[in-house]
Amino acid sequence: MIYLDNAATTLKKPPCVGEAMLRALQTLGNSSRGTHTGALDAAHTVYGARCALAEFFHCPRPDHVIFTSNITESLNIALSGLLGPGDRAVSTDLEHNSVLRPLYRLAAERGVGVDFVPADRQGRVDYEDFERLLRPETKLIVCTHASNLTGNVVDIKHVGEIAHARGALLVVDAAQTAGTRPIDMQAQGIDVLCFTGHKGLMGPQGTGGLCIREGVEIKPFKVGGTGVQSYSETQPEQYPTRLEAGTLNGHGIAGLSAAVGYLKELGTEAVEAKEAALTRRFREGVASIPGVTVYGDFSGEHAGIVALNLRDYDSGEVSDALSEDYGIATRPGAHCAPRMHEALGTKEQGAVRFSFSWFTTEEEVDAAIRALRELASDAR
Amino acid sequence: MREKTLRTVVSFHTTTDALAVETHCAAHGVPGRLIPLPTIISAGCGMCWSAPDEAREAVLAAVRDAGVDAEGVYQMLL
Repeated sequence: MIYLDNAATTLKKPPCVGEAMLRALQTLGNSSRGTHTGALDAAHTVYGARCALAEFFHCPRPDHVIFTSNITESLNIALSGLLGPGDRAVSTDLEHNSVLRPLYRLAAERGVGVDFVPADRQGRVDYEDFERLLRPETKLIVCTHASNLTGNVVDIKHVGEIAHARGALLVVDAAQTAGTRPIDMQAQGIDVLCFTGHKGLMGPQGTGGLCIREGVEIKPFKVGGTGVQSYSETQPEQYPTRLEAGTLNGHGIAGLSAAVGYLKELGTEAVEAKEAALTRRFREGVASIPGVTVYGDFSGEHAGIVALNLRDYDSGEVSDALSEDYGIATRPGAHCAPRMHEALGTKEQGAVRFSFSWFTTEEEVDAAIRALRELASDAR
Repeated sequence: MREKTLRTVVSFHTTTDALAVETHCAAHGVPGRLIPLPTIISAGCGMCWSAPDEAREAVLAAVRDAGVDAEGVYQMLL
């Protein structure tokens, strides 16, 4: 299989990830549940991962790195823990349902006001719209770092400056960029960084988290066992315990920590450069194929994603033909990004998304271009 | 049971704080280890740093240098 669905999850992981997980499965007890050897091994593993992620994302404090099961949980925790009645939030048409649905629910259940920065037909935002939509009641801007459909990268630092100038927070959805582009919470003015472990970070599924700037107070989304302050009727106030009820995914976190170590050695800049080269090669390769429409703006920074359609064909049919006839894995349909598809005018057709990773080769990209050329030829 | 000796014991708000102090102590040769929180300090669960009482000042310095706000500092026979 030629795997070009890395925006959904990276299938090929560094060998150290599986090795760390197997070792963890065979040796770890439960973190923060006692001090016998197995429990302490788990606690050390989790703490090591916090420190590694804090360094990786330039989060000032390891105890402000919170582990979750995925970025959807991270975003739910951040948004429901920050927004209350009377508050407003600004978001964009680029967002995934992991941002949209929590916002829609908060609007329905708590009366939170939500304003959306529109996207144009190339999936671009106008940064002046952020300024236009900010009101005194706006508590935060929640914004993706890169569209999971077009791959367009948002200038997060600029958005942060706009938010902070008006007293609002910046919450970033880094689902498509964590591990594949350098992220510096401090330099980019990110107040809450939400990440997932299983995409660009190349860790296992079931891992993710939030990095929180010091002074940002998020109310707990869930409460329960923490291994500390057990006779208190309320969740402990201190991070990370405040937001981590229940047993952590120690085995997954061990794998994620190994993946972060691998990326640290590799250098995120190297991953970014390779994915940019593969993306450019693919886009230029398909640009001349009759009947192919590519979506997005490639004039600026871009994630390793290219979405396209072949004539007016159902994106699911094209993706299925790529899989069945060529062994190429892509993602058709709506990509959980309804507002983005509406902006692009692809609500009915969907789109076929090709997405690359550190382990994708030029030969695989060329094979995908050849397959599309043949399918386009058949379409005639 | 084991013979009791005088110990300096530091309790924490979170396990992460306890691990931060353990890491700092290990790096700087400060004696002690993590143990279950004695019930005389608090009912419930959790972990604390236990060190020979003569290392009290070094332990307190380590807690401070690790940037940790200790929940409590105790002297007790353990």
